[in-house]
Amino acid sequence: MNETETLSPQRRKLLASLSIGLGAVGAALIGIPVVGFLLAPLLQSVAQRWRAVGAVQTFQKGYTVEVRFEDASSVAWAGVTAQTGAWLRCQPDGQFVAFAINCTHLGCPVRWLQDAELFMCPCHGGVYYKDGTVAAGPPPRPLIQYPVRVRDGQVEVLAGPTPIT
Amino acid sequence: MELLRKIWVWFDMRTDVSKVLGPLMKHPVPPRTGWMYVFGSATLFVFLIQIFTGIALATAYVSSAGQAFESLRWITNDAFLGHLLRGMHYFGASAMVLLVGIHMIRTFLTGSYKFPRELNWVVGVLLLGLTILMGFTGQLLRWDQNGVWSTVVAAEQAGRVPIIGHQLARLLLGGQTVGGATLSRFFAYHVFFIPAVIFGMIALHIGLALRHGISEKPSASRPVDPQTYRAWYENMLHREGVPFWPDAAWRDVVFGVLVVATVVFLAWRIGPPQLTTPPDPTIIQAYPRPDWYLVWYFAVLAQLPHGTESLVIVGAPLVAGLCLFVLPLVFNRGQRAPSRRPWAVASIVAIVLSVGVLWYQGERTPWSPDFSAQPLAASVVQSDQPQVVQGAHLFHRQGCEYCHSIAGHGGQRGPDLTYIADRLTPQQITLRILNGGYNMPAFASSIKPEDVNALVAFLNTRHFGK
Repeated sequence: MNETETLSPQRRKLLASLSIGLGAVGAALIGIPVVGFLLAPLLQSVAQRWRAVGAVQTFQKGYTVEVRFEDASSVAWAGVTAQTGAWLRCQPDGQFVAFAINCTHLGCPVRWLQDAELFMCPCHGGVYYKDGTVAAGPPPRPLIQYPVRVRDGQVEVLAGPTPIT
Repeated sequence: MELLRKIWVWFDMRTDVSKVLGPLMKHPVPPRTGWMYVFGSATLFVFLIQIFTGIALATAYVSSAGQAFESLRWITNDAFLGHLLRGMHYFGASAMVLLVGIHMIRTFLTGSYKFPRELNWVVGVLLLGLTILMGFTGQLLRWDQNGVWSTVVAAEQAGRVPIIGHQLARLLLGGQTVGGATLSRFFAYHVFFIPAVIFGMIALHIGLALRHGISEKPSASRPVDPQTYRAWYENMLHREGVPFWPDAAWRDVVFGVLVVATVVFLAWRIGPPQLTTPPDPTIIQAYPRPDWYLVWYFAVLAQLPHGTESLVIVGAPLVAGLCLFVLPLVFNRGQRAPSRRPWAVASIVAIVLSVGVLWYQGERTPWSPDFSAQPLAASVVQSDQPQVVQGAHLFHRQGCEYCHSIAGHGGQRGPDLTYIADRLTPQQITLRILNGGYNMPAFASSIKPEDVNALVAFLNTRHFGK
């Protein structure tokens, strides 16, 4: 205690800067991996995968039915949430169109009314015609479509990210 | 007893507990504050319920997208006291939102946010936001069909933010779809991240309340002047202040325990919200809606004029938040008494009424098609003419009844058609069906001419007095 260590003001300033700087380095060493891990969803490339949804002949012309398929980017523990639904319309000429079930207003699942040939949203009353264009209500744009193809007699839907309007 | 006293003295000497806590408990507070000042402490009491019931629930809840629903079912139906705990956590959350709201209204009406307590208000606004976030993330953790679709709705709303909207939505979902990563993230937000911030903010909130003292009862004869207020306040405390414990604290304890008892009682009598269908996104029969405290916002989203949604979804919370933050910085002096601040009282009345009306509408959801509408009974149709009967049948089959009601049967989205024949001619009705109108689809491309005729024949029988 009798040997009081006196530091020059410059040295004090240097030591303070050093401590703050080292502290920042330590914070970055912890923070970068953590923040990187949390931001990972932004860094993934968009996953898309063709999923078979049924044989061509099982779909009746002029009808729209719900089809189910596995997400393009599902994980092992997702359980039933790995599934996605879509509305598949078989047009009178045999062409297929697949609509996302998400309303373009706020994403609620739209229902298909076969007799009225309308999609209706239960949340805020959005209505779409059979071709997915907006018929009434708040939706700002037509129903999102998934690409569809026919391979080896199977109708395939290109599963991708949940559509965000 | 002597031994206990000795242990206490030994402990106290080494920790200085009484030196630290004693002055805090006994610090002088303004006299005659009464029952208006109990809502903040009651919120804290309820937060304690949330912590303890939350920890207990977390010991059994499985935060896996594939299993969360089943684990909650087990907690609710099979676990000892699980039903009660879930109920307490739910009613605790409801009480938090309610009490934070009341506490805030009281603080606003008594002008307690004015100098030198501006920052306390700002921290309180942050705590309000965090409470709502906890409510919303907690609702998602139920991870039933409602939880899954609420997540999608939240992601869609985030997607409306300009430039970074899609990135925000992806971050919320924890990936590109609702799935395994989504629930784990919301679980971590709900039990670690947001509570950690809340703890910090509560410490700051209480620390500031102790630093500046609670506001005295407002008086019209004593407006706040930042130049003199603190000296005056110190002086007043010195003259007539009473010790916080127990002179003021007893009311906090009485009201707080009353609130806790109410939460437990409601949890016991009513129980937790029902778990709806499993979280399978392919089950289309879903009707996602928020818990009661956000139902009014749900109503806002339904009633916005077309094209203004993105602006409101992104802009309204920003503007509202900004107003709340700026309030104490702009109006930090002058009158505190509600009797001298008519605009303050009027704005609270306006806000409470608006939220109340929106909430009522949100519970009724007149804008939602009524998918449960049943075919009209013969007693409603009141005709045996084949074309009219066929028209009534089509009224249900073509989906008209989901949005229009006749004699109290059907949805309320569109106009009530009980007496439509008094308002429109058959030609006008036909035109309306074929061409649609504002908020009504056009049926020209999907309906057969004879069906239109039948529908019109039926609707043309709907006269008053029939």
